[in-house]
Amino acid sequence: ADGRKWKNNLPILCDIFEFNYEKLTFHLLLQVQRILRERFCHQRLPDRPVGLESQYKHLLELLRRTAVHGESNSVLIVGPRGAGKTMLLRCALRELLELQEVKQNVLQVHLSGLLQTDDRIALKEITRQLHLENVVGDKVFGSFAENLVFLLEALKRGDKSSSRPVFFILEEFDLFAHHKNQTLLYNLLDVSQSAQAPVAVVGLTCRLDVLELLEKRVKSRFSHRQIHLLSCMSFCQYLDAFRSELALPDDFPDSKFSQEWNLNVSELCEEKSVQEILQKHFNSCKDFRSLHLLLLLALTRVSVSNPTLRAVDILEASRMSSADSKANILHGLSVLELCLIIAMKHLNDIYEGEPFNFQMVHNEFKKFIQRKSHSIHNFEKPVVIKAFEHLLQLELIRPVDGGVCKVQREYQLMRLMLDHTQVMEALQRYPQCPTDVKQWAISAFG
Amino acid sequence: MELRTTNICMKNFKSRLPDVTFYSRESEAACGPRGSVVGFSGSVSEKMLSGLHYPGCPEARLRSLREKLPCREVQAGTLLAIMGEPEQYCYPSIFIYGHRATGKSHVILTLLKELELPHAAVSCVECVSAGLLFEQTLLALFGADSAALLPRLPSLSDFVRVYRQVCAQQPAKQTRYIVLERAELLRDMEANLLPGLLRLQELVDDNVAVILLSEIVWDKFRPNTGCFEPLLLHFPDYTKAELLQILSLDSNPSYTPELYSSYINILLGVFYSVCRDLRELRHLAALNFSKFCEPLEKGEAKEGNTHKLWRNIEPHLKRAMQTVYLREVSSVQWGQQQMDEKEATALRGLSALAHVELPYYSKFLLIAAYLASYNPARTDRRFFVKHHGKMKKTSFLKKHEKTSNHLLGPKPFPLDRLLAIFYSVVDSRVAPTASVFSQISSLVTLQLLTQVGHDDQLDTPKYKCAVSLDFILAISRTVSFDIVRYLYDFI
Repeated sequence: ADGRKWKNNLPILCDIFEFNYEKLTFHLLLQVQRILRERFCHQRLPDRPVGLESQYKHLLELLRRTAVHGESNSVLIVGPRGAGKTMLLRCALRELLELQEVKQNVLQVHLSGLLQTDDRIALKEITRQLHLENVVGDKVFGSFAENLVFLLEALKRGDKSSSRPVFFILEEFDLFAHHKNQTLLYNLLDVSQSAQAPVAVVGLTCRLDVLELLEKRVKSRFSHRQIHLLSCMSFCQYLDAFRSELALPDDFPDSKFSQEWNLNVSELCEEKSVQEILQKHFNSCKDFRSLHLLLLLALTRVSVSNPTLRAVDILEASRMSSADSKANILHGLSVLELCLIIAMKHLNDIYEGEPFNFQMVHNEFKKFIQRKSHSIHNFEKPVVIKAFEHLLQLELIRPVDGGVCKVQREYQLMRLMLDHTQVMEALQRYPQCPTDVKQWAISAFG
Repeated sequence: MELRTTNICMKNFKSRLPDVTFYSRESEAACGPRGSVVGFSGSVSEKMLSGLHYPGCPEARLRSLREKLPCREVQAGTLLAIMGEPEQYCYPSIFIYGHRATGKSHVILTLLKELELPHAAVSCVECVSAGLLFEQTLLALFGADSAALLPRLPSLSDFVRVYRQVCAQQPAKQTRYIVLERAELLRDMEANLLPGLLRLQELVDDNVAVILLSEIVWDKFRPNTGCFEPLLLHFPDYTKAELLQILSLDSNPSYTPELYSSYINILLGVFYSVCRDLRELRHLAALNFSKFCEPLEKGEAKEGNTHKLWRNIEPHLKRAMQTVYLREVSSVQWGQQQMDEKEATALRGLSALAHVELPYYSKFLLIAAYLASYNPARTDRRFFVKHHGKMKKTSFLKKHEKTSNHLLGPKPFPLDRLLAIFYSVVDSRVAPTASVFSQISSLVTLQLLTQVGHDDQLDTPKYKCAVSLDFILAISRTVSFDIVRYLYDFI
């Protein structure tokens, strides 16, 4: 597909050659951005799943048995978010569909727990995806029971040899378990157990305990096949992934440029500062999605004046993606609000994390104003209340009981949603923080 | 175009500030300054924006963008870089957070409008149901026909189906953007909505990006089992100098810009430690400027005499902090107060609660309730029995509580105790008639007392007093009762 697009751009290129070098780089960079963005943002499928070979083989074999031999199956793919569950499945489907007989034969039904929030909607979606809406006129979209009976009849009538296999793909499988009576799961798994039309039920979930969510009768119909995607990548592999994710493909129009780019990426991998950053990321989470986010942020800094990735770009991207958002919010508070936060911190220290109310905070604050402060003048109580409520609105403090009981707002018990170090760090970064406020924060017990 | 921007800003206003009337004139200015930019230069940030070539976007337009987004060039540059060229893919979801009035909506909407990218901007405040959100989104992206395809009470599934259907007819040439303002409200809608929107690009298989705007940090959004993590982007607060620069933009044509800047400087000096909200500051600036100019109009001072002008305006600003800033008086009332200030010197309109009128016995009932709520029951003998015999002073004064009751809040008390204290504090003899009891229940209706526990406890109901110390002091002053002498915390 890339090559075809390139041919379309050829006349533009001819134009460019007559112009200067800069314009050419600009257009090449556009290409780079397009290719890499498709990888990072659109989760373009790789040629082969990396580091998941055995799982891939297992899944492919299962699906093939359904598609070719008409054996029913059910399987769960379990793995943390961003581990590549969908990618694995899609790769397997892609390879399977390359077979001509399979492509003509297999029906696919894609459901997602996020979209099909109850069985009624799910059933409608299934009939729609199997193109059965018009089979019996408007009867299909009758009641839920009629709909289900119809669908089950349709599946039951088939047998192993003559009917077309159906793949049911359930994303966010755990959400389907919350449906009433788990009717859909029960029936799908029941069909997959008995000698009816061949179906493969593939569930994708991030919950390890997903089987506990299933009712007994549903659980007993499940084949208990699970494919776990627990990444056991080493740092070296992670570095390789970093390199291959950034590398330009061989069919890139300007081979000189792509060679230079790839060389530059390899050099980046050797650099100590880059390795340190990647090590830090690797230690916190090693899935591909967070790596993609990091690389996208670095990629945004590439421009005509700066046509290659530099270590600085990676550093800046990592700084941006790992910034503490609460510290950022604390930075924008007014001095009064900051004082209230410090008062809360002291109350937390004194009463060992017991909840507090506004009166206590105000009392601490008043004590500070009277004894130690020179720069903060005495604010009226309503003004302080307003500042307090702003903190509440920002959810930096939270009412203990969800704010339902009928207490005066001054006496409602609250908890501070920040910890000691966050407060102190924010104070260090705060622009033009008055010294007495700083002193107050550092001093033990108010 | 002009009209539409104003309209959108007005919506923002309605959702955030109660008194719109005063604002309507400058509602646009609140989101983005109008008029020319004076003395604006930012070499680094300018490079950031100008370094970004947008094909099909002339230099003049980029310049006008820069003028429309003062002090936000860095953020606009980053945002443009993340968005990329129109035909390239954008990250599926972007979460922009920052304090109120730091230009989140303004920057993103200006960029989308100026570069003429297809987008839908929806404020979640306006969407009481997810259905409205879907309808507005489809309407803005694909036109009225597509929104009509949605069934009644649409679910996310219906939205995705309709989107795919329409999208197949009008495939995307450019990235489509869905901007959701006040995204924190999405958490209160159906549980599947927020995770669904975050991975909308995957669900509809189109080049679409969802941009969420909120004041609250992303950590508070994350659902239990996690979801697709958006790209986080922070809009930092304006520094004092930036606030000064932006606020100085709407100077009054009949005075020099220098005078206006010096006025803003004074204003910031008073309010900056309390409030950094550009919107509120602008409101206060507009309200008090005429007062600031008064000596100039009367010829008592010249423009250069800043000290005198400062002396004149400072008390007004302080007073404004106690009233207008707290929204206790509306801007119209504030204006009137400024007008007839000469006749009535006393500070008025402080709090609506200070003007509550109650019957004579109700006042005493309230006082009794306050005493019962804030004094421990064991001290009643000390306060209300005439001959309480010999009570050891030391044992009485020894406070067992770590903190005073005025910190912990009112305690519930039974009706009997309330009546006993009531009879001992009221001067005359009062029969326990139905009128006294009905006054108690009307105090509950007025929410000065609250009933604790269930309503069905007829024989021994329990109450709590729900008024503040200042309020009760004002009440007891009207019946010349010295309540402080009877409060355990103040002995």
